[in-house]
Amino acid sequence: MTAQRGVTLALVASIVASMVLIGLYLAGGNPQLEGIGLAIALGGLGAAIVIWANALLDNRVEAEERHTLASSAEQRSIAREALDPEQISRRRFLVRLLAGAGGVLTAALVLPAFSLGPQPGSDLFRTAWRRGIRVVDTNNRPVRPSSLPLDSVTTVFPEGFVGRPDSQTLLIKVRPADLELPDGRGAWAPDGCIAYSKVCTHAGCPVGLYRAREHQLLCPCHQSTFDVLRGAPPVFGPAARPLPQLPMELDAQGNLVALGDFPEPIGPGFWDMTHPPPAES
Amino acid sequence: MLGWIDDRLGTASWARSGLRKIFPDHWSFLIGEVALFCLVVLVLTGVFLTLFYVPDATEVTYAGPWQPLQGQQVSAAFNSVMRLSFEVRAGLVMRQIHHWAALVFVAAIAAHLLRVFLTGAFRKPREINWLVGIGLLLLALAMGITGYSLPDDLLSGTGLRVIYSVVIAIPFIGPYLAFLVFGGEFPTAEIVSRLFVFHVMLLPALLIGGVLIHLAILWRQKHSQYAIPGATEHNVVGRSFWPTQVFKSTGLAILTAAVLALMGGLVQINPIWAYGPFDATTVSAPAQPDWYVGWLDGALRLFPPIEFTVLGITIPSPFIPGILLPGIAFGIMSVWPFLEARVRHDTAEHQLLDGPRGNPMRTAFGVAGLLVFVVLTLAGGNDVLAIVFGVPVEAMTEILRVAIVVVPLLGFGITYRICAELRRTRGHPMERAPAVRLRRTDDGGFEEIGPE
Repeated sequence: MTAQRGVTLALVASIVASMVLIGLYLAGGNPQLEGIGLAIALGGLGAAIVIWANALLDNRVEAEERHTLASSAEQRSIAREALDPEQISRRRFLVRLLAGAGGVLTAALVLPAFSLGPQPGSDLFRTAWRRGIRVVDTNNRPVRPSSLPLDSVTTVFPEGFVGRPDSQTLLIKVRPADLELPDGRGAWAPDGCIAYSKVCTHAGCPVGLYRAREHQLLCPCHQSTFDVLRGAPPVFGPAARPLPQLPMELDAQGNLVALGDFPEPIGPGFWDMTHPPPAES
Repeated sequence: MLGWIDDRLGTASWARSGLRKIFPDHWSFLIGEVALFCLVVLVLTGVFLTLFYVPDATEVTYAGPWQPLQGQQVSAAFNSVMRLSFEVRAGLVMRQIHHWAALVFVAAIAAHLLRVFLTGAFRKPREINWLVGIGLLLLALAMGITGYSLPDDLLSGTGLRVIYSVVIAIPFIGPYLAFLVFGGEFPTAEIVSRLFVFHVMLLPALLIGGVLIHLAILWRQKHSQYAIPGATEHNVVGRSFWPTQVFKSTGLAILTAAVLALMGGLVQINPIWAYGPFDATTVSAPAQPDWYVGWLDGALRLFPPIEFTVLGITIPSPFIPGILLPGIAFGIMSVWPFLEARVRHDTAEHQLLDGPRGNPMRTAFGVAGLLVFVVLTLAGGNDVLAIVFGVPVEAMTEILRVAIVVVPLLGFGITYRICAELRRTRGHPMERAPAVRLRRTDDGGFEEIGPE
């Protein structure tokens, strides 16, 4: 096949495909056919140009001199004279004042960037959990231990804050005798109902998977694994801190209520996390 | 017409030398061009998408044709991408071409970077363009991440959450920076509109400006060349800009677009209707980001649980793999031309390119760096690999923790040996060694009787 005929065929294919594309659009469109049509319309055009370039152009290999980019020493000194930096730098006081004015102006101009967000303040240290707030499920119903099957996992929130991201909590029902919680937390899991922050202490993903047989919580993002029976210390993966445990008790009606906020900041770490702001009054 | 323009702008003499400018011809010089043409496709399809996208996190009820989501609360942003995908004519194909073009864009930049590195094209006088190129790679990554997050779906929301967690991990400034960028504690309603401003305005302006500088420097310095017959340090051997290079590059541009169109039409990408809208209490598994972010996620997955507090300052576990590691990687890349010149006491200009064997140490280092990237990228899919190979994800992670140390070291050693050997023997890795004639001796041995 001659190059001439190749170019002709490719261009005709492109024209036909473009016409089909127009028809396709008018007929309501179809992503797959649009892709194929566009590929043929463009491919034909591209192929035609490449065949043309390779076969029908004068493709002589030529050589061109490469000149040094650097200027001569003489030109450099002329340029330096033209620049004459001493003309400006000898007014030392004014130069400093100019730099100072520029600096202060920059500070004044950058300051509005702080409108972009609030100060972190205590946001990273506190959630919506408070003493006496009832534990509710995503349908805003209070939770009783007796209504939870063994080894069940429920996402719960403080009543009035359903869906609040930093307060999402996992409630797991285990056999009370299996629990080996750290000292002082023995009473935090009434009837084997144990609650941990659902926000991973590594990179903040919801710790969504529960392996009931091993009593382990697994974060699907980076596979940090936490031991539910022993206070959720990390047993595998990149997380280095336990999931904070929510202290709970039962109220007079037998519903789970919080004894307070999580004892530590939830979620991913930050530099001053060991310095909580003074508690709210 | 030409005379009219020349009278006013004096273009004829400039055009004469410009059109005759010689460009060396080699397939490896086209990789960067592919990146450029992907950018053109990205701008064209991106403009179309921008006209339909709504950067708004306000909750609306989905009422489009995709039944599984009907009646669900979704953000206006997610809703607009659903509408673009299912109701706007030619919307889905445009969206998919845009996404594929973004993936190929970064891939072409990465391949171009490897080519430039392995051939020593970054040496004097091209150090400035090497730095501009690294800036462009960073901008391309930022474009990818901001664009990927715009649909406000569950998968990209998970990505944003991890980014937020990495940012707050920066000592001293992390929480302040994260609150400024996101507008508060994650998740926030502001982030979608902010990503949009970055993705369609600030970053493209910088990216396109940077590309123009990259090309202007290339034009000014003239292209480097391989040591083909006739090529020296003081000339350029190749074909003229007009018509050959213009035709070939135009053809390549259109063919690149053709391949992207085919992929956009036939290969589904980022089906946000399958992921669903973002929900702060849910996460899908396994979840993998776009390919060019996989290595960072892999680093987060592999890094041991190290978090410590010194003098009351906590260094959170994502800081080292999420901030320090990419910082070191891009830092080494940035200073490499200056480092290499200093170590080799090399102040000369280099217009002739090295083959990969030309500098075994450099090539071995490049291969080791590439292998770090590959192992970390695999680690970004350790859960998928665990399923594929039928091993627990913990075992997969441990294997990859060993591999991230061993594989790059092995790659370094093997590459160095191969390059040094090829340099010594002047052999070609893909060609058969010259044959010799043998004769069997009486006592059963062999002796050589000369070449074939």
